[in-house]
Amino acid sequence: MTLADVLAVVLLAGIVLYAVFAGADFGAGFWDLFAGGPKRGEKPRQVIEESIGPVWEANHVWLIFCLVVVWTAFPEVYASITLTLFVPLSLAAVGIVLRGAGFAFRKVVVTTRYRRIFGSAFALSSLIVPFFMGTIVGAIASGRIPAGGTTGDLWGSWLNPTSLVGGVLAIVVCAYLSAVFLVSDAHRLSDQRLVEYFRRRAIGAAIATGVIATGGIFILRNDNRFLIDRLLGQALPVVLASMVLGVVGLVLLVRGEATWARFVAVGAVGSIVAAWGVAQYPYILAETLKIEAAAAPASTLWAVLIVFFVAVIVLVPSIGLLYTLDQKNLLDVE
Amino acid sequence: MDILAVDPLPWARAQMALTLAVHIVLVPLGVSWAVMILIANYRAIKHADADAMRLAQRWSKVLAVTFAVGAVTGTMLTFEFGLLWPEFMNQWGDVFGIPFAIEGLFFFTEAIFIGIYLYGWKHLRPWPHFWSGVPIAVAGIGGSFAVVTANAWMNQPAGFTLDAAGKVIDVDPLGVIFNQATPYETTHMIVAAYLVGGFMVASVYAFAMLRGRKERYYRLGFIIPFTVAAIATPVQMIVGDFVARSVFKDQPVKFAAMELVDKTSTDVPETLGGFLDSDGNVRFGIPIPGLASLLSGGSTSTEIAGLDSVPPEDRPTLRQVNVVHLAWDVMIGLGTALLALVAWFAFVWWRRRALPRSRWFLRFGAISGVAAVLALEAGWVVTEVGRQPWIVYEIMRVEDAVTGNSGVWITFLGITALYTAMVVALVLVLRAMARGWRAAEAAGDADAHPHDTPYGPRSRRERDTESV
Repeated sequence: MTLADVLAVVLLAGIVLYAVFAGADFGAGFWDLFAGGPKRGEKPRQVIEESIGPVWEANHVWLIFCLVVVWTAFPEVYASITLTLFVPLSLAAVGIVLRGAGFAFRKVVVTTRYRRIFGSAFALSSLIVPFFMGTIVGAIASGRIPAGGTTGDLWGSWLNPTSLVGGVLAIVVCAYLSAVFLVSDAHRLSDQRLVEYFRRRAIGAAIATGVIATGGIFILRNDNRFLIDRLLGQALPVVLASMVLGVVGLVLLVRGEATWARFVAVGAVGSIVAAWGVAQYPYILAETLKIEAAAAPASTLWAVLIVFFVAVIVLVPSIGLLYTLDQKNLLDVE
Repeated sequence: MDILAVDPLPWARAQMALTLAVHIVLVPLGVSWAVMILIANYRAIKHADADAMRLAQRWSKVLAVTFAVGAVTGTMLTFEFGLLWPEFMNQWGDVFGIPFAIEGLFFFTEAIFIGIYLYGWKHLRPWPHFWSGVPIAVAGIGGSFAVVTANAWMNQPAGFTLDAAGKVIDVDPLGVIFNQATPYETTHMIVAAYLVGGFMVASVYAFAMLRGRKERYYRLGFIIPFTVAAIATPVQMIVGDFVARSVFKDQPVKFAAMELVDKTSTDVPETLGGFLDSDGNVRFGIPIPGLASLLSGGSTSTEIAGLDSVPPEDRPTLRQVNVVHLAWDVMIGLGTALLALVAWFAFVWWRRRALPRSRWFLRFGAISGVAAVLALEAGWVVTEVGRQPWIVYEIMRVEDAVTGNSGVWITFLGITALYTAMVVALVLVLRAMARGWRAAEAAGDADAHPHDTPYGPRSRRERDTESV
């Protein structure tokens, strides 16, 4: 394993963490959107707000982490994806601004009218962002990003079967993760009705994820042999792990074991994302650019790696403290 | 689609300028307000000061909103580095990115402890809660240092080796971080964050006092941030003088634009106002003889390089030169006015241990926030426009860094609409919060905001988990 490979692993780990933690926050927006009118949706929305309030900003930083690692350790990759994927990246960025501002504003206003306006900004953009992120992953994984900082197909690169599977899958995966998390959160607030409310939704989302992922395999087969061959080749163990965890998670949900279901769901989603990375290896942009060729000079890679180690030492206990306090219901304003 | 194919360069510049201009107003709050909140929080616990406690809590609720907006507008910039300037990132990402990796570390710390501190009022014990806010203040300084280091690097690129084709083949991370411009640019911005943040918060309470709200709560709400600003302002004068002399040395063309020096000469006057015409003459300015030379080199015989010291294509355009000079005058003018306001405050406080009684003091106090923000924006205009036509000083031109995507004008328009709506909403939301608090107080309804009673009684279960 070369130094560049190590950095690629660090990057993949960052993407997995972003997908899992921020993904759950995005999914919360999904359930917020479909929680019904102000009266009917009041309770679920309250749980959602309390659940993601203290943690969403910290979870969001994983995205910044990934972008910085890409452009510092693999500058050519950042230039290439920002050129070709100008449209979905711009839309994702707009969605991120809309979502953060919408959520922060809704929390502090009291009138129903404004809560609805800001709430819909938050909830709608919670679908937009994962969708475009999913299309971006699809574009990279299906070899549609030319290397060397040239602009590829501005539209076809992300409006294609693989990207659309990626986009839709991202939305349902976020919804699934979030519903599983929200079951435990409702449990902590000892609201049995809401536990049941989110448990039913978690089961529905788990089944939807399974169906779309399986159907996706057939769509991918017709769209791009490179990706599917490798998903069923070198990445097969990871894909299988994800499937097994998905099934186990579903069983746990049906049996009402929320705490364990959460860990299993994190594992299932994390391994879907990891499978993409493993399938692509040794390419960083599938079919067009290898990790080794894209890597920055060794001194830069070392600098990033050292910062990463310091980050692990400083941040892991801090994040642990944040999550622990949150899980013990010690963090809430209202 | 040909109609839609517009030169992306001016639009990319405009979009970057707009998004940066909005983000930079939120930055001082994230960096320095946490410190003011901690000062109030400390006072509240140490002296059982209920007014200070109320301030600390309310400020932290507002900070939660501005921090969120700051976090997402900062993310937009992260995307824009690539979306608008892909060639810049392609060639320099491995150099320019190093300070950002460090910044990421600080931002992460900040976001984690913001989550703990802002949401911990109700259930955490007083002192542990106070300490959970301290990392926010430290990370604010560290993060500003790291980000501004990246900008300093664009002004004084260092710490890399190029091959014959101009590709980066080796990087010296410490050389990148501690480039020539790092010490003065980072200090200038960190002090600015305290100065601007202090005046911004203080101005709200000056305005309230003008409206006849005279309770101690409002006075304290003014005095804490204004004192922070009052300490930062004179420090900024000294730092600013050092920055100007360093720019004179390191970026002579930028300095020439600031001082409207067309031809290299000695005994250069400091020109207040005015502009340079196309013949290289200064029009309508008020010259103070020899002052620019005196300030930059200690003597009127100091030679100052003019714009003509480099070929026309390597220096800012005439319009840019005039923008830089105007912005420079605005920054210095407002900074001096704020210093005068601070001196007034300091003098009266020294004699009477009280605020100046004059309503004029409050009037100036009420606009000090806007003035400080304008000075901050003007300062960034000087450094960014003054660097033109370079994105990496004397190495890479802005026009060579820009994206080839011709649709930037569309994203510019979309983002302008989004940011306008967001800023309007932010202002309305903050006003609604203040009005809500006042209404609850007027109704004498302490329970209207139960969370205004911090560190309240805790359940047995919470006490059991205190060891956390």
